Formats: sequence, C-alpha cells, structure tokens
Amino acid sequence: MYRYDEFDHAFVNERVAEFRDQVARRLSGELTEEQFRPLRLRNGLYLQLHAYMLRIAIPYGQLSPRQLRQLAMIGRRWDRGYGHFTTRQNLQFNWIKLVDVPDVLAALAEVEMHCIQTSGNCVRNVTSDPYAAAANDELEDPRVWCEILRQWSTLHPEFNWLPRKFKIAVSGAAEDRAATAFHDIGLRLVRGPNGENGFRVLVGGGMGRTPYVGQVIREFLPKEHLLSYVDSILRVYNLHGRRDNIYKARIKILVNAMGIDKFREEVEADWNATNKAAIDLPEDELRRIASYFAPPELPEQAPRDEALAARRESDPRFANWYRNNVLPHRVPGYASVVVSLKEPGRTPGDASSDAMDFVADLAERFGHNEVRVNYTQNLVLPHAALADVPAIYDALAGAGLATGNNELLGDMICCPGLDYCNLANARSIPIAKEIAKKFEDPERQTEIGKIRVNMSGCINACGHHHSGNIGILGVDKKGTELYQITLGGSPKDDASVGKIIGPGFRAENVPEAIDTIVDTYVENRREGENFLDTWRRVGPAPFKEALYGAR
Amino acid sequence: MPSVVTANRLNDGIVVYLAPKGAWTESIADAARAETDDELKVLESAAEIAVQDRIVVGVYPMPIEIKEDGTVDPISVRERIRASHRTTLTEDWYDVPL
Ligand code: HEM
Ligand code: SF4
Repeated sequence: MYRYDEFDHAFVNERVAEFRDQVARRLSGELTEEQFRPLRLRNGLYLQLHAYMLRIAIPYGQLSPRQLRQLAMIGRRWDRGYGHFTTRQNLQFNWIKLVDVPDVLAALAEVEMHCIQTSGNCVRNVTSDPYAAAANDELEDPRVWCEILRQWSTLHPEFNWLPRKFKIAVSGAAEDRAATAFHDIGLRLVRGPNGENGFRVLVGGGMGRTPYVGQVIREFLPKEHLLSYVDSILRVYNLHGRRDNIYKARIKILVNAMGIDKFREEVEADWNATNKAAIDLPEDELRRIASYFAPPELPEQAPRDEALAARRESDPRFANWYRNNVLPHRVPGYASVVVSLKEPGRTPGDASSDAMDFVADLAERFGHNEVRVNYTQNLVLPHAALADVPAIYDALAGAGLATGNNELLGDMICCPGLDYCNLANARSIPIAKEIAKKFEDPERQTEIGKIRVNMSGCINACGHHHSGNIGILGVDKKGTELYQITLGGSPKDDASVGKIIGPGFRAENVPEAIDTIVDTYVENRREGENFLDTWRRVGPAPFKEALYGAR
Repeated sequence: MPSVVTANRLNDGIVVYLAPKGAWTESIADAARAETDDELKVLESAAEIAVQDRIVVGVYPMPIEIKEDGTVDPISVRERIRASHRTTLTEDWYDVPL
C-alpha cells in the first residue's frame, strides 16, 4: 500500500501542529466560534447532536492492521470504544472532545492517516471498489488512480474553495461496486479501441435533495490524461457553478442546467487549451506510485478445498455465510471475505474498538495484512486462502462478525440519523434494527435473494436511499417522524433513482411496509428475476395495491 | 409551558443545560426552569455570558413539560435523544421508544 514519503509526513505533521495552535487559540478566546468553525471543518471536526464528531478519511477504503489498531486505540482512549464506518469509506467517531483532537490527529499521523478534506467545499476522500486487486472481474487496479487523484487534489490551490463539496469514485472492474454513477465524477476503467485501458468518465451524479445519475462526458479518456481532464471539469465547474444558493451549488445542478453536451463542449475546449504535460503525471512518477500497489504474492492453490467443501455440507450456518460473504478471487484457491457489521440488533456500520483489533489480528493471520472498507458499511479481508476460510469463519462467529447477509436484506445501509446527526429529521438506526428483527430468519433472506435496502434520516441522503432497491427516507411531519419509501433505485451499472411509492409511514409501521413490499416482489417475480427486474416489468401498481389498497 | 436553555460544552461538546446560579449540568432534571418570557430572558442572557466566557457554544431555549411524577419531558424526539446522552452501539437496547 502507499507509504508516506518525507514530504507527506512533514505536511501532515505541520497540519497537526497548526490545528493544535488553532484549538488553543479557540480555548483561550483568541478565536470566536464563527472564526474557528471553518478551521475545524477543514480538519473533519463537526459539532453534532451529542458532541464533536471527527471524520477520518480511509483513502479508497484501504487499511493496514496497524492503522486499524490505531483507530481502535483512538476509540478506546478518546471516544466511547466504537466508531461508525460510512458510505464514503470514512470512519466517524461520535464522542471526541475538542481538547483531545490535536492528540487524536497526532495519533493518526503516526499511522499515515488524517482528516484533511473530509469536510468543506473541496475534493473529498476518493472512494473505490473494496475488492480492488482481488476481484476476478477486474481490468485494472483503481487504487493507483485514487492515490494519484488524492495527491493532486490535496490542498490544490485552485480547487480548495469550490462552490460545494466534490466527490469522486473510481472502479476498475466489470461490476460497479463503488456507485460511480452517484458521484460528482465517476471513473470507470474500460478497454479502449486499441486494447489499451482508459476511463469512461461520468459527471454530475449525486444524491441529496436533487438526485441525478451521472452522465457520460467522455466514453474513453486515455488514462495518462486523467489529471488534466479532471482538472478541466473542475475548472468549468468552479467558474460556472452557483455560489448564491447552497442547494443549487453541486456540479450535478450545473450539468443539468447547461445540458451535458454544452458542459462537455466547455470542458473539451478548456482541455484542448490546457498544457497537458504540465498537469498529467510523468510516466516514471506513475510507475513509482503504481509500485506501492503491487498485489501480495499469492502462490496458486487448489481451487477446491476438501475440508471447506465438507464443512459446507455439514454446517448450514457456515454454508449460508459462505454463499453470501465469501467472494471469488482472481487467484485460484483464494477468496475475499466480507466481515459483516450488520448483526441484527446492532447499528449498521458501527464497529467496537475490540472488533477493530480483532479484524486487524485476522488480517495479519489470514489476510496478507490488508483490510478494506466497503461503502455498504462492512469490512473486507480481500486476500484469504480458501483453506483458511473455515478458521476465519469460526473466529468471526465468536465475535459477532459472521452474519451471513452480505448484499441480502439484512445488509442495510443506514446513516446515523437523529441519533447523532444535527441535520436529521428522523431516526434511522432504530428503524434499521426493527427491520433487521423482522427479517432475522436467514432462510427468509435467502428466499428473497439479493436486495439493497438503504435508509437516510434526512434528504441529504448520506444513507443512499435514492439508490436503494427499497429506499427509506425519514422526514419530519409536524413533529412526528414519518418515513417515505422509494422503490426501484440502483447503485450499479443500471443506476437509477428510486420513485416514491405513496404516502409515508409512521416509524412503527415501516417494518410491516417493507415486509409487504418484499412479499409483493416475491409473489410477482419470475424465475431468475431480481427486485429491479420485477419492479421494471410490473411497475408500481401491485406494490401500491398491496401497501395502500385497503385504504 | 416552562422552558430551559441548552447548549454544547465548548471543550468536549457534550449536551448541557443551564442550571441555577449560572452552573451548567448534563442532567435536564437539574436545569433551571423559566415559567415566563421574562424568566427565560434572564436565563438567555446568563447563557450569552457563558458563550463569551467560552464555556458553551450553540445556545438555544427549548420548551419542556413536567410530567405528573415530576420528571422532565424534553417533548421532541431530538431533545429526548440529546437529553439521554446515550450510545447505540453497546447492546441491543434503545431507550427512546419509537
Ligand atoms: C453526521 C454528520 C453528517 C453530516 C453533517 C452530513 C452532511 C451531509 C450533507 C449536508 C449532504 C448533502 C450534500 C449536498 O447535497 O450537497 C450529505 C451528503 C452525503 N453524505 Fe453526509 N453527513 C453526515 C454524515 C454522513 C455519514 C455518516 C455518511 C455515510 C454513512 C455520509 C455520506 C454522505 C453521502 C454518501 C452523501 C450523498 C452523496 C452526495 O450527493 O454528496 N454522511 N451529507
Ligand atoms: S442523511 Fe441526513 S440525517 Fe443522515 S447523516 Fe446525512 S445529514 Fe445526517
């Protein structure tokens, strides 16, 4: 994985010292809250409902055991012993004291981590496929490009005060596991006309109050021009993006107001006028960065492990977990293992410090020292030998981390909602818990099959409700929490925004409503159909009838 | 309807309520209660001084109800959650009913 050089270390340490000074000046009264607020936000520090919240970037979702242990230590020493993994591959601590933040940042810097640009109107943490360099459908490792973008965008003088926040995701595989279509810029590595790799570039996707699926601005960009092209997109956005209205400031609004063709014209004109060589990364520098991402040496093994096969025969719980949480690997005899943070009764995406330590140990013992964070709020051991999978399962099961529901209904995405968030209209965590209880039976979940249920506590859509096959949005109706349900969203290649199915539901009725929707799907589906197939074929009528027919 | 004044403590961010004699408390039960607009104004100006003294940030008044058994009801879900200071991780428990 990428290692800081002297320059990186010096830069991050300088920032820690600078923030230590800023906190001291706030506490001594030299800075007012109005003056301090933008400074703390630049370092990922929010003031939330209960306390300060610190958002830590996990670049492209990759962690070493040492980093994960340090996060566990921070949680134990300066928080309440747990953190929340988010849909942007960040980790949020909910109970950090202002006076401790400089020490927390110093502890992060020790393991080459920071909170820079995890808030504010700048390029945020670049997200990626959690199975990078492991998946068997990968064309090229996206992390190299994420790291290049990270270095380019960090404190970029032109792009640090954009009209609004800016989110980029990169995927290098056939299947989009990074929701690229819902980002300000989505980058897909694809094979070009002459067999060389490049990017299909999407622009103007996003969630929030005005959700849009990203549109193709360029079908094929030679990859050596990534930086100059992204530079031109940001320049056009920076010039024309609206700064008068926070709700209309994202690039998606600009792209849709101008139209993709006009927007493309402006970007291409800027790009053609750009001295590309001054911005694009020189070949040897690209090679230097790529060398950090050399995959671990994995000696090929027998593609079938007899003990594993026997365990699948004899142990139905193991078999269920294996079917859902163990994914194919590009090297025969290996797999990627999903460590579930979705045990029924727990807060989706939360991990205790003990769990973090535990997963760090497993990554050392069985996982070639790598852990990944999935945007669906689980952890992943990307490189595990099939022969070790039963031992990994036994260890995880003992720690409550072996819920076999990856990509099933129980694998809900859920934002912190009104339990932590100052902007929330309604709670999301207890609703997720109630839904998880209703669908606790693994056999029922298996029968339903893959389905994405996503929930947000307000229209900002941090919980990706727009892209859920079933989306749940908390609203506040005259002081009562009410939940709007949308159907038909998708975060994948067939990306789409879900449609509101009808009037909202009171909190206590949401699990029943989800049950009704799921039953309607199962009754109507044809052989081989997933939720979206059925929804797109039958339309909203049967769902409306089932939900509201009796009214 | 009586009111109390709430804020977050500057140095650790924790939810607090203005108590009698200008102190700040984490327990809503111990908050100073204003029965009239004038009483609330007195509390708010005390809180303003605490902002200047860098004890708290984000001050605002909020209505409460006193239940029959004498306990304080913060009324809104948001304020019930703030007053509870609780975490949701630890176990399968949840003390602010749906
Ligand atoms: C608790 C503190 C948080 C605050 C104050 C916050 C604030 C916001 C706001 C204001 C937006 C809307 C941006 C816009 O439409 O222009 C947003 C979007 C988003 N946030 Fe959060 N958020 C928080 C936590 C989270 C968490 C916990 C996650 C992940 C679980 C997350 C992930 C996202 C994502 C994925 C989006 C939508 C993508 C986009 O269009 O930007 N945020 N957030
Ligand atoms: S969706 Fe709303 S409630 Fe949920 S974390 Fe984002 S801002 Fe907060």
